[in-house]
Amino acid sequence: MNGSNLVVYEDEFKKIDEELNNLHRQANAKVVFLVDKSGQLISSVGATHDLDTTSLASLTAGNIAATGSIAKILGEQEFTILFHEGEKDNLHISLVGERIILVVIFDQRTSIGLVRLRVKKVTENLEKIFEEMTQKAEQEKLESKLEDSPFAEISDEDIEKLFM
Amino acid sequence: MSFINYSSRELNCKIVYYGPGLCGKTTNLQYIYNKTNPQQKGKLISLATETERTLFFDFLPLALGEIKGFKVRFHLYTVPGQMFYAASRKLILKGVDGVVFVADSQAERMDANMESLDDLQINLSEQGYELYSLPFTMQYNKRDIPEVVPIEALNEAVNTTNVPEFEAVATTGVGVFETLKDVCRQVIFELKKHY
Ligand SMILES: Nc1nc2c(ncn2[C@@H]2O[C@H](COP(=O)(O)OP(=O)(O)OP(=O)(O)O)[C@@H](O)[C@H]2O)c(=O)[nH]1
Ligand SMILES: [Mg+2]
Repeated sequence: MNGSNLVVYEDEFKKIDEELNNLHRQANAKVVFLVDKSGQLISSVGATHDLDTTSLASLTAGNIAATGSIAKILGEQEFTILFHEGEKDNLHISLVGERIILVVIFDQRTSIGLVRLRVKKVTENLEKIFEEMTQKAEQEKLESKLEDSPFAEISDEDIEKLFM
Repeated sequence: MSFINYSSRELNCKIVYYGPGLCGKTTNLQYIYNKTNPQQKGKLISLATETERTLFFDFLPLALGEIKGFKVRFHLYTVPGQMFYAASRKLILKGVDGVVFVADSQAERMDANMESLDDLQINLSEQGYELYSLPFTMQYNKRDIPEVVPIEALNEAVNTTNVPEFEAVATTGVGVFETLKDVCRQVIFELKKHY
């Protein structure tokens, strides 16, 4: 395709998770998760067990896409932060670089001020990680380590099995 | 845009059902949802109007199984087909890996089919995609209605490049899984080329 696939390797995934865990702890948040703009959930930490994170991810991406378009119509830059206040839970949505969305769900045990502060710090770190990741993916492609790719050997039969 | 996670060994792909208003995109997803095992699917989310027309999108996550130790997930989306939702349609295409075009087989909808196909091509090209280099499957829906347009005429109108085509009756499920399977196959083989 157009080379924009998101490939996350084990090392980077660990680093990302660590950042999300830090944010979760330091901001005293309930849930923290990362989504890419096409709606795929990248990682989540916190009280996610009774939360439909897949749906949340796709709706968050839809939300960001819609407000982004509204911003364009208004001649604004893309809104970089969205904040929704609920009765119990609040939602803080922000951008990490060009294509990643960071979502924090929190309640009255913390404050929007603290969340904002922590989000800002973690965002810088995450941006670095994603930058490195993109470079690494391009490098691997160049060096064509593709021989040992798990996808090289896929057959029609494998696909048939998915639909049995 | 596929998302390949080597850490959790997951592969996620996005498929968009496109086509004119009332052609049966949402019905395709509802049928797939109803016929899939509970452990293989998430919630079907429909952002729709009071009259059940798609307003923003439908979303259905499917976890079909594993390939080479990777959990394979397909995220199915539909766009709102009505002309005036043009802005929303563009957004749904963000990061698409494969497209199903659902054409309405009724003669009076032929213009709408062609208009929607043009719209699809324009929206994709704005994002730097070329429709015919993407995994792309054609579905001719509503074949149960009497005196529909013959397949040859439909091919001539909306399938000049001969992508795989399937006749369907989305309400009863005819052709629905065949269509899905075809686009999934194309998406996975596309990945195989690159990874
Ligand atoms: N006879 C017949 N009716 C169908 C078929 N597929 C869908 N329909 C009906 O067509 C109507 C519209 O179907 P939807 O699936 O909501 O159409 P859509 O493409 O999602 O429409 P928008 O959301 O407006 O873009 C519904 O009443 C369906 O029951 C079919 O194969 N045959
Ligand atoms: Mg619909």
